[in-house]
Amino acid sequence: MSMFWTIWISVITLGSIIGTYLLLRWNLTNYTGHPEGESMDHEFDGIVEINNPLPRWWTILFYITIIWSFFYLALYPGLGAFEGFLGWRSSNQNIQSIEESVQARADAKQEGLIVQYDRELDYAAEKFDPIFEAYSQIPVEELAKNEEAVKVGQRLFMQNCSQCHGSDARGNAGFPNLTDNDWLYGGTGDKIKETLTNGRQAAMPAWIDAMGEQGIQETVAYVLSLSGREMSENHEALASAGQQRFMVCAACHGMDGKGNQMLGAPNLTDNIWLYGGSERAITETLTHGRNGVMPSFKKTLGDNKIHVVASYVYSLSH
Amino acid sequence: MRNPHELVEKNVGLLTILILVAISLGALVQITPLMFQQQTMEPVEGLKPYTALQLEGRDLYIREGCVGCHSQMIRPFRAETERYGHYSVAGESVWEHPFLWGSKRTGPDLARVGGRYSDEWHRVHLRNPRDVVPESNMPGFPWLMENTLTGKDTAKKMEVLRALGVPYTDEDINGAQAAVKGKTEMEAIIAYLQSLGTYLK
Repeated sequence: MSMFWTIWISVITLGSIIGTYLLLRWNLTNYTGHPEGESMDHEFDGIVEINNPLPRWWTILFYITIIWSFFYLALYPGLGAFEGFLGWRSSNQNIQSIEESVQARADAKQEGLIVQYDRELDYAAEKFDPIFEAYSQIPVEELAKNEEAVKVGQRLFMQNCSQCHGSDARGNAGFPNLTDNDWLYGGTGDKIKETLTNGRQAAMPAWIDAMGEQGIQETVAYVLSLSGREMSENHEALASAGQQRFMVCAACHGMDGKGNQMLGAPNLTDNIWLYGGSERAITETLTHGRNGVMPSFKKTLGDNKIHVVASYVYSLSH
Repeated sequence: MRNPHELVEKNVGLLTILILVAISLGALVQITPLMFQQQTMEPVEGLKPYTALQLEGRDLYIREGCVGCHSQMIRPFRAETERYGHYSVAGESVWEHPFLWGSKRTGPDLARVGGRYSDEWHRVHLRNPRDVVPESNMPGFPWLMENTLTGKDTAKKMEVLRALGVPYTDEDINGAQAAVKGKTEMEAIIAYLQSLGTYLK
């Protein structure tokens, strides 16, 4: 902050305080010449209103606040560029990037400043980091048996994951159920961590242009048959035509339709459906494609917390 | 002589003037200097003005009153930064006219909601929030899926913003209508939401 603004702020702030004091003095002097104050010529039932200064105890409170304000302005940053004798600030200023934020935190520590926000972070780090550090040493599959860790993971899940996967982790149309031990990208601890860290981007193309409506109908019928659903005769005829068309689907979903976790291609034979398993829903999926996205949580949570969340997710189906 | 406080108490005009003086002192100290501070005028590295579609989305955000329940200001408290990400810094808001920091959080803060959810999630959630968050008390906005944008005023809006200091190029402004025409309001508001808070890196 430039000198000009420092002077601007200081003059107005200190001037107001002094002005307040003078105003108070002016209003405390009894100008009426009557020690008990002058009658205002109002009388009701023998009670008279008198024009006199503020009560003494009240004025003393005012004086105390004025004295307090000088102490406060000396200790805390209130007068422009003057930082106060305590070296206290609520957070680091002039941040232009995350890197600068980290740097500012280190610098403030070096200079012995008290940064309220940094103190909160330090306190939390001291308390929680060792816990997460210890958890990170235990494999996800093992940690999933640790009741405490799973509870911590659940809290983090509620905060960060439940918006899509639901607070019971049972998912929703388009957002996978995490409790059924059916995995799009793999359900080992490492795979769950990979999903959380890097996110996932599914790519089911739209087939309407390549297959046409008839082709879609046939393929849908065949897909329905894969999970052993009851079929009408009409469907069976369509399905046998669809089997040929399924060759292109097999590139991702496999010849047997059991999917491919490397690609995030779902198993089509288990009757678990991310976007619904009705004929209509599958037709919709084939026609327009699906592009489910799992965002990356690396920045939000960091490796150690991801590890604990992964344990919670793993514990849901084991 | 009477005590002088009567002068102010019995003179409404004078009382008004003195109150205005007293209030403006606070503004002069707290607000005016900020308008001339480097950190409130300098954009964070890599900050980009809203694209035409994001800008329209922002206006929809204002139209639907989102700011009434969602703030866009993460304060430097650990309780907030754990949930929302790094606290908001001045350089992120230099091109916000008007700013949408808000002061009411019935719903969560949205200052860094960009990239946190998939587009698909936003589509489902904005249509009917209960479809993905059963506990939610946010209203649904199904008409966003049906209404389409004409882009009639988009270029004009960008010109006004440019006059206020947002660095739009002629190219941006000339292409504005084409960029938004025919897009649904849903696409616009999602584009806006996905951009929020993503420039502080």
